Amino acid sequence: MNETIEKKPAKIVLRELQDKIAQDAWDAKQRGEKVGWCASNFPQEITTAMGIPVVYPENMGAAVGAKGGGQRMCEYAEGMGYSNDLCSYSRINFAYADLKHCEELEIPFPDFLLCCNNICNCMIKWYENLALELDVPLLLIDIPHLDAMTCDADRVKYIRAQFDDCIAQLEVITGKKMDLSKLKEVMEVSQRSSKAWLRAVGYMSAEPSPFSGFDIFNNMAVACVGRGTIEAAEAFEQLADEYEALVKEGGSTFKGEEKYRILFEGIACWSNLKFTYKTLQSRGINLTASVYGPAFSFLYGSLDELMAAYAYVPNSNCFERELQLRVDDAIKNRVDGAIFHMNRSCKHWSGNLYEMERQFREKTGVPTVAFDGDQADPRCFSEAQYETRVDALMEIMEENKKEAKA
Amino acid sequence: MGDVLTMGIDVGSTTSKCVILNNGSQLIASSLIPAGTGTSGPQRALDAALEQAGIAHGRLAAVTATGYGRNSFEGADHVVSELSCHAIGAGALMPGIRTVIDIGGQDAKVLRVGPSGKLESFLMNDKCAAGTGRFLEVMARILELDVSELAAMDEKAAGKVNISSTCTVFAESEVISQLAKNVDLHDLVAGIHASVAVRTAGLVRRLGVTAPIGMTGGVARNAGVVRALENELGVSISVSPLSQMAGAYGAAFYGWNKTKE
Repeated sequence: MNETIEKKPAKIVLRELQDKIAQDAWDAKQRGEKVGWCASNFPQEITTAMGIPVVYPENMGAAVGAKGGGQRMCEYAEGMGYSNDLCSYSRINFAYADLKHCEELEIPFPDFLLCCNNICNCMIKWYENLALELDVPLLLIDIPHLDAMTCDADRVKYIRAQFDDCIAQLEVITGKKMDLSKLKEVMEVSQRSSKAWLRAVGYMSAEPSPFSGFDIFNNMAVACVGRGTIEAAEAFEQLADEYEALVKEGGSTFKGEEKYRILFEGIACWSNLKFTYKTLQSRGINLTASVYGPAFSFLYGSLDELMAAYAYVPNSNCFERELQLRVDDAIKNRVDGAIFHMNRSCKHWSGNLYEMERQFREKTGVPTVAFDGDQADPRCFSEAQYETRVDALMEIMEENKKEAKA
Repeated sequence: MGDVLTMGIDVGSTTSKCVILNNGSQLIASSLIPAGTGTSGPQRALDAALEQAGIAHGRLAAVTATGYGRNSFEGADHVVSELSCHAIGAGALMPGIRTVIDIGGQDAKVLRVGPSGKLESFLMNDKCAAGTGRFLEVMARILELDVSELAAMDEKAAGKVNISSTCTVFAESEVISQLAKNVDLHDLVAGIHASVAVRTAGLVRRLGVTAPIGMTGGVARNAGVVRALENELGVSISVSPLSQMAGAYGAAFYGWNKTKE
């Protein structure tokens, strides 16, 4: 009998870990512990160190979109009186808060809300609304928009004061105490996770990339919800090791030849993930640059540096810094073109997208294309329009390659 | 080298166009059927072009499909996006062109073409079809005109009635309310054309106004829209008599190039 136990691939480990984190929250709720709803870029170090279970409505929105429930839930929210111009994640969440049921995915209801506006300033209104509707306290960490290329000491002080106050309030709400030695430990583990996640996605610069860029969208959830846990750190280290091995072998999880490399700008169209991926994959186009997935990693040493790290979330930064991130990423990962998702849900992303595309094109010299879509509302996406734009981009990239060879 | 006949078929959203070229330059046949993808239009356009050329299908060295319905057209040797084909076709029909404005049935495109005729960059309208050929068809219907009559109406306009709505449905209501006010019909048509021009000019400016500029697609036949665009952009715009066939022309040219590889 062969007693060799095969190691599970990292993507399976990550999926199981994501399920476990979700189940842990349900179990905690069952035990009578206080559970929170939390914004995706809220400093998770606080809740992880205090042992406070939280779940993420944004992740739920993405998952519901990917599982085909986005339109139904959005339409329900619109029936409640919410505008279809609002973020589809928020509409799905408002619908769930009212229905208290969602066949695609459910999360335990909150005893408190944790909002951090570094991912989205409009989110404050979303969470204020939830606080009123569900009659639960809302704790907000306000990250000021970074109008410079670096985060100064005043901002750090302002964020730190809120961080400390948030801990004090959470101690009252949950009855759990912050242990500073535990916080230090969680910060160290979070660094391990973030560094491993960045190492993994960093292998996109290899030619060919060892993985299909859309894998980022599948693997990033744990980077968002569980990076302060040792299991996440180990899973990301395993993922990075697997990619490293593939680079050495010249292998890839991308199916077919990687003929073209692109930057994909924006959140995935979760409701149309398969079509958007297949359209690219069938043409030999691989996503090898994206600021979205790597954004769920935070590098710091001290507590003050932690504050600054949360100020560097791309959506909270000035246009110039956001542009530079994308240009650097495109150059480092040697892209042949770029696709910009005009995400109708996201006012921040769609608001500056055309100018971002224009300046990106000028600075990198690579062809670009923008398409209309949405992160979780499939009504904003047209397959034929997406396909035509991708075809034309591919034809330009093909001609550019021919010229470069000639 | 003998005659090499190549066909380009542009299966659009509202029309099907077909062109046959001899050795990539001599126009042998062209046909246009006012029925697009999902209808008998593509086959009828193909049959009409073959009949006009007096040849059997087997004489064609290559068939290249383009347009909205390119992927559903059966029997193509090559399938190429309409953006590349319009760039190639416009370059062949209007040599030296650097910017191409193509307004079709349900989308508007602006193409930047390099000095060698290569498509360098492009922008398209977003999901909304305001300012496209369909928009003009809807407006013509309310005015009880054929879309082909709009240009002549515009030419006689003394002013223009402002149409501010972006949405086709709301613009339709706006035009109806203007009709109720008994505004001059010529000025109303000029206003409709101006609203298309403003929207399209925004796309051109986003890409950068690089002269010389040419226009392709069915709307290029409407001199009123072309004039309104010239006014809006402050540059002259070339239009070939075959502008509406530019996509099919480019596809046939593409096929000819492929036969040489």
